[in-house]
Amino acid sequence: MDVLRGRAWVFGDNIDTDLLAPGHAMRKPLEELAKHTLEAIAPQFASNVKRGDFLVAGDGFGIGSSREQAAQALLHLGVAAVLAKSPARIFYRNALNLGLPVLRFADAREVRDGDDLELDLARSVVVNHSRGTTYPVEPIPPFLMDMVRDGGLIPHLHRRLDGTK
Amino acid sequence: MPRTLAEKILLRASGAESVQAGDIVIAKVDLAMMHDSGGPRRVAPYLQRLGAKVWDPDKVVVVTDHYVPAVDPESAAILKLTREWVRDNAISQFHDMQGICHVVLQEFGHLQPGMLVVGGDSHSPSGGAVGSFMVGVGATEMAGVLVTGEIWLRVPETIRVEWQGKLGQAVAAKDIMLFLCRQLGQNNDYRVVEYAGSAVDHMTMADRFVLCNMSAELGAKTGIVAPDQLTLDTIRAAGGSVAPDALQWRSDADARFERALTFDASQLAPQVAAPHSPANSDAVSELPGVRIDQAYIGACTGAKLEDLHAAAAVLGGRKVAPHVRLLIAPASARTTRLAAADGTLAKLTEAGAILLPTGCGACAGYGAGVLAEHEVCISSTARNFKGRMGHKASEVYLASPYTVAASAVVGRVADPRVFLN
Ligand code: SF4
Repeated sequence: MDVLRGRAWVFGDNIDTDLLAPGHAMRKPLEELAKHTLEAIAPQFASNVKRGDFLVAGDGFGIGSSREQAAQALLHLGVAAVLAKSPARIFYRNALNLGLPVLRFADAREVRDGDDLELDLARSVVVNHSRGTTYPVEPIPPFLMDMVRDGGLIPHLHRRLDGTK
Repeated sequence: MPRTLAEKILLRASGAESVQAGDIVIAKVDLAMMHDSGGPRRVAPYLQRLGAKVWDPDKVVVVTDHYVPAVDPESAAILKLTREWVRDNAISQFHDMQGICHVVLQEFGHLQPGMLVVGGDSHSPSGGAVGSFMVGVGATEMAGVLVTGEIWLRVPETIRVEWQGKLGQAVAAKDIMLFLCRQLGQNNDYRVVEYAGSAVDHMTMADRFVLCNMSAELGAKTGIVAPDQLTLDTIRAAGGSVAPDALQWRSDADARFERALTFDASQLAPQVAAPHSPANSDAVSELPGVRIDQAYIGACTGAKLEDLHAAAAVLGGRKVAPHVRLLIAPASARTTRLAAADGTLAKLTEAGAILLPTGCGACAGYGAGVLAEHEVCISSTARNFKGRMGHKASEVYLASPYTVAASAVVGRVADPRVFLN
């Protein structure tokens, strides 16, 4: 999973968990809930996002509730990684725990909607093929990257618990 | 080495030799709290997959609040699953429909100064009101805690916020937090906000709760207030136990804070946050009297006994404007009981308020009292994100219970001070 390539969906600041996982759909199964992801600000997102696409956003991505469906819905829709200027704390942990890479990306505002991006996790860079630029991203700390590579906290613990048996 | 309160608690919980802001530690969890929405229904499948058991059932508290009372077969099924999981996992500390988790946790004396607590909810910083270090986590992380009894944490920098002097009449902790959301913004990630100063010393525990609770809206990891005699008395009265050295849990006088801010409480006016962000706030006088359809007094943030007292002080002998519906969902069963006994509920309902069941209700858009398209609501809750309380084209203004009650009477966003003078 070290090199990912996909299209950018660009959002602004403070995209909150009520936008990502609306309350009215929270009691529904994930497949249902995911259809409503970001509907209040980008009604076409859930139906048009493709497997491998990136979500690029500004400050405070995922602020608000601890509901991990906010990250799970993005995974379900096929989002490969979130590149945000500053991800909110609980969202960040939730996403990594579920195996969705989230990276701090200072140059988020340089990216335009639809840009063709390549994320190189090992080199900690984002290559923007549409604009011919390369930007640095802040790496995920190694002990967390191990967990993301395992597919998240549960498979990671599974390995750990198996290892101690 | 001088340390902040947060550093002291994480030093103890991690068993490390020294810690300072920026370190990552693995800490032992003293208590884990979850509710019906993010709790059993989400963690049970993970535990099953791991074939693992709860590390210590006596260190787990489960509360039903988000989906109570059930409104459809889906919410009923969530509650049923919660009750069965609690039984099957021998969780003795289960509060079923007794109120909103953060309020219940303190009402039953579960928290103590110096504890490390994780909560499966983003308003977990509320636990800081009694000097616990309490952080919110999602369901997968909670499953990890339930299996291992541990969590990794980055030791946070502290922003120290002092409020000196006395809050004016009809000005409350809620106004402090709406003001701070504007001042500090919502992206104070990985910081703990420590509240102090003479205004905080003189606050009720309910108001300290609001400070810590809405630290979530600052984007902080948590909020905290060092314990004092009032804290210890309150915990004991709730049936909790307090260690003899509980008052040691405070920042050293020469501890290093990332920022230290001081504000004058006497200068603060009632605040209102306009849609769709708690940081979009200003003094009530700066807002043109927006016409409202609904006034909502609810949530952990804004429907405790003291909040109902505040609303009653404004509403006593007055009537809710004819075009407004005032809905009140008390934060806990105990709140309802005490407010009934002291005549508060009578005052509120005589003014025209409609009483709703105890629980999260409309706060997260899960329960009774949600809004239609283009409807406008003023609410004592903590968040007014787009669509949170109902239709995505509804609008929510946030304010203190005083201001919500005054607005219900006027029919527009209104300054409560004129009602109390
Ligand atoms: S009342 Fe609102 S803020 Fe409090 S726990 Fe419930 S949903 Fe969250």
